[in-house]
Amino acid sequence: MHFVVCLKQVPDTSEVRIDPITNTLMREGVPSIINPYDAHALEEAMRLKEKVGGKVTIVSMGPPQAKEALKKAMSYGADRAILLSDRAFGGSDSLATAYILSSALKKIHETEPIDLVFAGKEAIDGDTAQTGPGIAQRLGFAQLTYVIKVKELTDKNVTVVRKTESGRQVVQAQLPALLTVEKELNDLRYATLPNMMKAAGYEPEMWNVKSLPFDLTQMGLKGSPTSVSRIFAPPGRDGGEIMDGTKDPTGTAASVVTKIFQQNILMVNPLAKGGNLQ
Amino acid sequence: MENFDVIVVGGGPAGLSAALSAAKAGMKTVVIERGDYPGTKNVMGGILYTKATDMVVPEFWKEAPLERPIIEQRIAMLSGDESIMAGYRDPAWGVEPFNAHSILRVKFDSWLAKQAEKAGVLILTETLVEDLLYQDDRVVGVRTGRAEGDLGAKVVIIAEGVNNFLAVKAGLAKPLKPQAVAVTVKEVIALPKEKIEDRFCLDEGQGATIELYGDSTAGLMGVGFIYTNKESISIGVGAILDPMIRNNWTPNDLLENLKSKPYVKRLLQGGETKEYLAHLIPEGGYTSVPKLHRQGVLVVGDTAMLMNSLNREGSNLAMISGKIAGEVAAQTIKTGDVSDQAMTVYETRLRDSFVLKDLHHYRHMGMFFEKNEHLLKTYPKLLSQAAKMYLSADGTPKKARQKEIIKMAFEHRSKLGLIKDVYGAWRALL
Repeated sequence: MHFVVCLKQVPDTSEVRIDPITNTLMREGVPSIINPYDAHALEEAMRLKEKVGGKVTIVSMGPPQAKEALKKAMSYGADRAILLSDRAFGGSDSLATAYILSSALKKIHETEPIDLVFAGKEAIDGDTAQTGPGIAQRLGFAQLTYVIKVKELTDKNVTVVRKTESGRQVVQAQLPALLTVEKELNDLRYATLPNMMKAAGYEPEMWNVKSLPFDLTQMGLKGSPTSVSRIFAPPGRDGGEIMDGTKDPTGTAASVVTKIFQQNILMVNPLAKGGNLQ
Repeated sequence: MENFDVIVVGGGPAGLSAALSAAKAGMKTVVIERGDYPGTKNVMGGILYTKATDMVVPEFWKEAPLERPIIEQRIAMLSGDESIMAGYRDPAWGVEPFNAHSILRVKFDSWLAKQAEKAGVLILTETLVEDLLYQDDRVVGVRTGRAEGDLGAKVVIIAEGVNNFLAVKAGLAKPLKPQAVAVTVKEVIALPKEKIEDRFCLDEGQGATIELYGDSTAGLMGVGFIYTNKESISIGVGAILDPMIRNNWTPNDLLENLKSKPYVKRLLQGGETKEYLAHLIPEGGYTSVPKLHRQGVLVVGDTAMLMNSLNREGSNLAMISGKIAGEVAAQTIKTGDVSDQAMTVYETRLRDSFVLKDLHHYRHMGMFFEKNEHLLKTYPKLLSQAAKMYLSADGTPKKARQKEIIKMAFEHRSKLGLIKDVYGAWRALL
């Protein structure tokens, strides 16, 4: 089977901060990592490959330094990695990105038919969760989002467990299909030393805007209907008031209760029976 | 199992220098680093000496990520809220060939790793070397913590840093003792560059260092430091572990104590702490240097306890030891003899260089301060009282004032005691 993993290099958002004055991301010195959800997508593809045989191809779009993320992904045992990198791709939003990636997948599909596409449920730098579904739509593949378990994979179908707001859903789809995955899907492996050595010497294939018959109007800033009007950091919260409860616990408790009601944090329901504060 | 000529364990200044020189001599070389990338686990005060680095990467200053060339070095003796200062400033240190630069290890080491990669070194990260690999009594490679994790080599260079697990396992070194190791904590505090240059009286881009003695370490054997970076200040304090434990000081308390000193506080005012780092420093000196080689193995840098604490030199000793080790590894591999006997060339070359000469020169120092802990408490106080008496204009005739100062000095320390201290210090330091 041919598994394709869509993977993005992202800044480690746990270390990104927002400049309080300019409201822009302070990216200097922030390390780049494989989007954590995508790492789990890759892990699942690797596990299925080990189970049923086949090949894992990684596809990513990003600046040339995203090669590092692909090399790292190769160290987990993937077979091929392609980086779509071109100035013309820069500034693409999720709509344009889905167009670019799906075009690349179509080309791969022509020579090596794809059975399953894996992607993370979202990227931690954008949180849109749109690119995966956008690719599935364009390829005409079934899309199964928020996957927490791959129950069964046959030549024709894939059965997964989805996480929804109200519970769990077990869904089956025909292949080819695209899955976007949650972190609880699996535990990541450590690369073996031979795979690390192989990855260290591996150069990902570089595809640019000329590698495919791209429609230039559907990419970059021009092809991206999303516009960011403003970025701001939510205001910091005040420290609050701390009262000493050691000397007079009863009195302190009473004044806490009074303050809560005075400031309308809680209200007494006038209809409730026995709803007094004695 | 893949085979290399040289395996270097650890991607710090010593390890990377070793790998660079081995690769330059045509050796198939790999560096195995446990951090995400070289630099992430590496900590030092933050001063890089030009000469030693130049020997490893010629004219590195043209490309390397450096902070500021150091043109002024101050020494401050703190006593309570008072301080006595001395310093040396030479603007010529601000231009080629320089003397030293402040650096941030994370940036510099990842750059140094790139130079090694350019020379053909393979760098494997996030991988821990758990043991050497033996065939009978011969070292033939290393065992890493990864699956199928054995790698073969003709020579293994141990550059694992101050935590010398591997060197101990290999029977070359002894476990660290709290008397022979200092713990240093450091903060990197962000400040706009104009503020830094104003506060330290620097021209644009220039840097300064301050070493702080006396109350900077609350009387413990150790030293505080302040180094200027481009847009931040590195401030730290280190003290020998054993007296710290005995006196119930935590590293963090020591740093907060230093930061609260009026002189220091003013320099840091308005800054925002960006990083907090801690590191052990081998302070055992000459007598703590382990066995530096055996068949197929060389020991470099902090693992070899190559650290001159008086002149706060460590990274340069590490880099030079690494460079020599890489060369010796290549030379012995080429002649086909990596026996313990052949490896002695490494030790001989270290002895002929400033690395072991300096360590040998200061061999009594640790013992001297260990036996004379009072020096760090008595003298800063005595000196600052003397300075205060001398400089206070309160109508006392100067002749009488001088007598008072001498009397005060002898109240703190007997004549004999003073002579003993001076003689002892002279023996230990000069």
